Amino acid sequence: MHKTPLDATHRALGARMIPFAGWEMPVQYAGIVEEHRAVRTAAGLFDLSHMGELWVRGPGAASALDHALVTAPSRLKPGRAHYAMICAADGSVIDDLIVYRIADEEFLVVANASNREAVAAELGERLTGHAAALDDASLRTALVAIQGPRSRELLQAHCSVDLEPLKYYGILSAEVCKRPALVARTGYTGEDGFEIYLAWDDAERIWNHLLKEGSAAGLIPCGLGARDTLRLEAGMPLYGQELDRETTPFEAGLGRVVKLDKPNDFTGRSALERAATGAAKQLVGLRITGRGIARTGYPVYLPAAAEAVGRVTSGTSSPSLGHAIAMAYVPPEHAVEGTALEVGIRNDRAAAVVVPLPFYRRPS
Amino acid sequence: MSYPDELKYSNEHEWIRVEGKIGTVGITAFAAEQVGDIVFVELPSVGDTLTATQAFGVIESVKAVSELFAPVSGTVVEVNDILGDAPETIASEPYGDGWLVKVELSDPSEVDALMDSGAYEEMIDAA
Repeated sequence: MHKTPLDATHRALGARMIPFAGWEMPVQYAGIVEEHRAVRTAAGLFDLSHMGELWVRGPGAASALDHALVTAPSRLKPGRAHYAMICAADGSVIDDLIVYRIADEEFLVVANASNREAVAAELGERLTGHAAALDDASLRTALVAIQGPRSRELLQAHCSVDLEPLKYYGILSAEVCKRPALVARTGYTGEDGFEIYLAWDDAERIWNHLLKEGSAAGLIPCGLGARDTLRLEAGMPLYGQELDRETTPFEAGLGRVVKLDKPNDFTGRSALERAATGAAKQLVGLRITGRGIARTGYPVYLPAAAEAVGRVTSGTSSPSLGHAIAMAYVPPEHAVEGTALEVGIRNDRAAAVVVPLPFYRRPS
Repeated sequence: MSYPDELKYSNEHEWIRVEGKIGTVGITAFAAEQVGDIVFVELPSVGDTLTATQAFGVIESVKAVSELFAPVSGTVVEVNDILGDAPETIASEPYGDGWLVKVELSDPSEVDALMDSGAYEEMIDAA
C-alpha cells in the first residue's frame, strides 16, 4: 500500500484512513458534511498525491497525444489544460484525464490513481513511433488542492505569482511557500479552486503552512468522502462508477470531449463515430423524491414496472440541497428531464425524477 | 466516549436498556461516530418481530449504508418517530433521544449474554 507524503500529517489531524486504489488515504477528518460545507462556503484542503502524473515530452508530444487521446492536445496553448479521455479501440473509456500543456513540447497528463498503471502502459504503447517520451512522475509528485470561494485569497498569500489572471483550466509555474510548484486553476468540487503540483518532499511544508494560515478564514482539511459528495453535486463523473470499459463518452454525456473533427486518426475513432450517432444508455441526474438514499448499483425502474431499465452509478444525501440525489444509466428514451422513475432501495421503491446535471452550480 | 453502566451492549454496537419486559434499543456513541454524519434511518414498524443478531434496519451516512442488528429477540412496541426528521439525534444523544425502537422481549435470558459497559469498552479498545 502506498502512503502519500502527508500520511503522518493526516493521522496527527485525526483523519480516518482507508485503502483507496492502492493508497492509504484520508476519507474524513471533522466529518464529511462539515468538510463539504467548508468547501462550498470558505475553503478546503485536499491531499491528492495518489493521482497519477504522467509527463509526455518531445518534438512529437502534441501529435502523439492527438493520436492517443480523444481530445486534441495540439490545440492547447502552453499554460492551458482540458478535460480528456483515453479510450480503447471499442470506444470505451480507459480513464478520464486532465491534460495540461506546460510548454510547446511538454504535457502533463493527470490520471486517476486506480488507472495510473493502465494509462501509463497504454500511453507508452501509443507513443511508440512518435518523437515523444513518457515519464511517470507519480511517485515523486505530490498534489495538494485548495478548493472553495476563499481559495484564491488564501493561496495568493503564499504564492509568488498573481493568481487573479489565471483562468479556469489555466496552469502556471510559481513558488508556493517559497517552493517551486505548478499551480492550476482546476478541481473536482464545482467551486473555484487550485491544484498545486509539487515535489514529494515539499508537501508537508506547504500543507501545514496553508492550513495554519488559512484556518482563521475557515480552511479545513477535507478527505475523499467530501470530495465524492462535492463532485457528485457538481455532476462530475467518477471513473469506476459513471465511466468504465463498458461505457463510451457519449453515453456519459461527455461527447463534447471527443474531437471527431480532428484530422488525424486516434485510438477508438471509428467506434466513437458510431457511438456519436446513438447511445444504448444515457447518464441522467435523479432527484429522489421518495424515501431513502439511492446508492451505487441500485436498480432503476419505470413506475410500477417489474423489470429494471437501468442502474444507479453514484448516490448520496446532498449536503447542499438537503435531499437525496443520484446519477444513473437509463435507456435514452427514459432520460428526458421530468421523467418519473423509481429506484429499488432494499425491499422498497423510492420515487425519483430525472433532473438536469449538475445538481449544484456555484453562485456567480 | 461514554458507555453508561446501566446498559447492556452487543458486539454489533447496539445497546439495550431493560425495564421489566420492555427493552429500549439504540446504537453506541462509538457506532454513531464510526457511521459519521447520519442522514437517514430505516426502522421496522410496531408489531414487527426482531430476532437476536439479525438485521432489523439500516442507518445511512452521506457516505454509506450500515445495517442495524438486533441485540435481542422480541416484538416492536414503539418506534422513535423523531428520527425521520432528525436522524442526527442518534449521534448527538445516542443513549437518550436517539434511541431506535422499544421491543417486548420474547426471551429475557438473551440479555444475559450481552456485554456490560466494561466488557464493551474493552472490545472497542482492542479493535
